[in-house]
Amino acid sequence: MTRKRRRLWILLLCALGLGSATALVLTALDDHLVFFFSPSDLAERPPPPERLFRVGGLVETGSVERAEGSTVRFRVTDGAKTLPVTFQGLLPDLFREGQGVVAQGRLGPDGVFRATEVLARHDETYMPPEVADALRRAGHWKPGDPLPGGAPSGTPAGAPRPASGS
Amino acid sequence: MDRPATPPAALASGQAAPAHAAPEGARATAGRVNLHRFANPGRFLRLSGQLLPWIAAAAALLLGLGLAWGLAFSPADYQQGETVRIMYIHVPSAWVAMACYSTMAIASASALVWRHPLADLVAIECAPIGACFTAVCLVTGSLWGRPMWGTYWVWDARLTSVLLLFFLYLGHIALVNAFDDPARGRRAGAILALVGAVNLPIIKFSVDWWSTLHQPASVSRLAAPAIHPDILWPLLVMALAFTLLFAALLLLRVRAAIYAQRARALMAARAAVRA
Repeated sequence: MTRKRRRLWILLLCALGLGSATALVLTALDDHLVFFFSPSDLAERPPPPERLFRVGGLVETGSVERAEGSTVRFRVTDGAKTLPVTFQGLLPDLFREGQGVVAQGRLGPDGVFRATEVLARHDETYMPPEVADALRRAGHWKPGDPLPGGAPSGTPAGAPRPASGS
Repeated sequence: MDRPATPPAALASGQAAPAHAAPEGARATAGRVNLHRFANPGRFLRLSGQLLPWIAAAAALLLGLGLAWGLAFSPADYQQGETVRIMYIHVPSAWVAMACYSTMAIASASALVWRHPLADLVAIECAPIGACFTAVCLVTGSLWGRPMWGTYWVWDARLTSVLLLFFLYLGHIALVNAFDDPARGRRAGAILALVGAVNLPIIKFSVDWWSTLHQPASVSRLAAPAIHPDILWPLLVMALAFTLLFAALLLLRVRAAIYAQRARALMAARAAVRA
């Protein structure tokens, strides 16, 4: 009885110690565990020049322009700040205006981010295309917003548009 | 350290307790009797033998239903198209991989504290099943990531912590079998399983704590699940099917392990008689 009780207490103490040690390590490593920085993070703490890092956010609606060859220019936004990006290469299927994106590359002296790799970031919304169409027609929602009622993050079609409702 | 002395001592103290302290001891023994009822290998064999066919049949039925529903009859996604169907395998296997590790950790804790022989077996038999579910989760996720993200693999917090889960399972299997004395192997495995349990909250909350390429949780959001019901229902059916499949596999493996132990004991007894 007492031996079992003692083993239980030892186990609980070990779990407590291990748990707090892990929590401390993870808090200390916080900045190194993020996969990407947002444009606001970059504005707050600019990275050293020529350092390779990732930037993530939404592709600003209406900002994608394809230049000569396979060069693409677009702006990444997190609602507060935007960052211009150029990229040469193949874009993933899910790369769309208003969708999430993570680009890896270096920040040039002119403030343009030169991406060497662009990954699409899917949001947590899943729905059939007809439902998305219906929502879009009703003007409640556009791709890139969380779901009806979510905060609009981009430019034109975010807010309710009663006129376009059919 | 107190290993050889423990079983008889624990047994003796357990039986002596009610004689010493009447009211408190009686309550404690009542609780213990209940626990021991299911920890008794003979009773477990009988009970699981009755349950197993039903669980296995339900798992097969739901798996067939969920696969047909998810892969053929559910709608495509507005962004991902048909690729969304990978989710019906990927997400349930990830859930079960984590549920399996929780089972393993709880069984390991009760094996360390109460020395239930059945708890040791459950923990050990969990590891290969969990490793398989984790491997399925990693492979399907990778196949989904290539067309959707544009890459098979990235080292973000979610993917890395699930890979760590896979290595924990493999490490547990290796560690348990690395000792000449099986009891020491089981004990080392139990400690590893408990230490590795820190990884579970990290997996779950990695997408909230840090920015990751992996999308955040859709189903367990309290406000409103971000999944349309036409996609959510087949996913839930598959989750239930995978859970039942896990239960059936675990019961089967633990039963086999008990029989193997008995066969070994019989063989050892026969060898002792001959010698």
